[in-house]
Amino acid sequence: MHIPDGFLDAKVIIATAALTVIGVGAAWRQTKKQLPQQQIPLLGLAAAFVFAAQMLNFPVAGGTSGHLLGAVLISVLLGPSAAIIVMTAVLVVQCFLFADGGVLALGANIFNMAVMGVLVGNAIYRIVLRILGGERGRIAAVAIASWGSVLAAALCCAGELAWSGTVAWQTAFPAMAGIHALIGVGEAVIACLVITAIKKTRPELLAVDSRPLPGRTVATVIVYGVVIVLGLVLFVLPFASAWPDGLETVAAKFGFDHQALARPLVPSLMPDYKFPGLDSAAFAMIAAGIAGVVVVLLLVFFLSRRLKGNT
Amino acid sequence: MRHSFLDRYSRLVSPIHGLSILSKLASTMMLLIIIVTLPVAFYGIFAVILFLLCIVAIMSRIPLLFLLKRMALLEVFVLTVSLLSLLQPNGILVFSRLVLKSSLCLFTIVLFSNTTPFSKLLEALRKWRVPPLLITLLALMYRYLFVLIDEMERMQRARTSRTFVRNRALLWRSLATIMSQLFIRSTGRAEKIFACMCSRGWQ
Repeated sequence: MHIPDGFLDAKVIIATAALTVIGVGAAWRQTKKQLPQQQIPLLGLAAAFVFAAQMLNFPVAGGTSGHLLGAVLISVLLGPSAAIIVMTAVLVVQCFLFADGGVLALGANIFNMAVMGVLVGNAIYRIVLRILGGERGRIAAVAIASWGSVLAAALCCAGELAWSGTVAWQTAFPAMAGIHALIGVGEAVIACLVITAIKKTRPELLAVDSRPLPGRTVATVIVYGVVIVLGLVLFVLPFASAWPDGLETVAAKFGFDHQALARPLVPSLMPDYKFPGLDSAAFAMIAAGIAGVVVVLLLVFFLSRRLKGNT
Repeated sequence: MRHSFLDRYSRLVSPIHGLSILSKLASTMMLLIIIVTLPVAFYGIFAVILFLLCIVAIMSRIPLLFLLKRMALLEVFVLTVSLLSLLQPNGILVFSRLVLKSSLCLFTIVLFSNTTPFSKLLEALRKWRVPPLLITLLALMYRYLFVLIDEMERMQRARTSRTFVRNRALLWRSLATIMSQLFIRSTGRAEKIFACMCSRGWQ
């Protein structure tokens, strides 16, 4: 799923490069804090391992073969920040030595697979682990997280292709999501098998459990969260379906939709998720999305400060 | 070492290989930006770029068959994604534009990667003040890539010579064993490497 050069246009290249710099920069600072000097050889070796593991093809139905992405595998073994660095290194080497993925598209590829893949996968892993717990829970968590990471990367890739006008969203989304939903199953199976095998021989290598790693600050979590949300807002939101939702469809069918007031009782700043004053509908929606996220973030931040102060 | 396949021809002697890394990297980036941003109407300029790239390819003394095989392999990826673009209004135009631009960019990158040893590229990055720890990471990765790939192939050969059953479940489980062994050996190696580096004065 490495995007070659020439498929993305300038605005997408710049947007993904910016997000990548933020995400990888945060991960690098986090890694330097958390893992002491001696872990640098481990990161280098882990990157070589992911590269070599990606060369192993496993047989899928009907004569085709798939290969591992490895984002969740590495983040379970080394933690999310180190995983981002490792996957970035793998993608950089693949780009420059193999021309697998374009140089200008490197920002997008790193964002899709190293940043989004690792962060979304790691988030799912922690959530499922906290819910299920135990050894069975860890296997389930690895499986679901691996599938989710592949799908997240594919979704962002589809969004970037569609935003560049290369492939229409109506084609890109089902093709990418569909194929990668299947590939994700293979990834989930392989990741589970490898984690189980490592656990049997060297269980102390599994770094991450449900407790947060030492040295991780709230700021890092916020930065990662913002990167994920911005990625979704920029690359997936503009293609949200414009079809009427359940209530509107039922109202139209049974003929009571005309009873809705033309103007709302309380005037709103961004009616219908469109930022006022912007010409392009897509930008209006993206701006409204970003504004909404900022407002919710600030609101929750101040609320939590207040609630914490009361205990 | 058998696996010089990654940059097999990057250490040849030719006028192109002798150019400085900076000039090669700068010209590659400039060429890529031009190819990506130029509208297709300027096909005269694209023809000139193609001509220039062919001259560079000939002057670099890289075997043409190797170049063609590389390009063919990478074109497969380009074509599979481009085929999706056919399914939209104006599809043929978009498709041909994509294939043209991607192929030119691929040609540029293949030429660049096969005339520049990776270690020299890392040196150039270090001069441009990329964090030195990151350079060390990439250098270690490159150094041990070949070792790990060798090991992986040995394990695969051992598995093939010991299993006579075409059982898919067995195949997947043994794949997992190979990968887990690869990782465990990598961690052991990493500790030894760190000890070696420290004992030779690395900070």
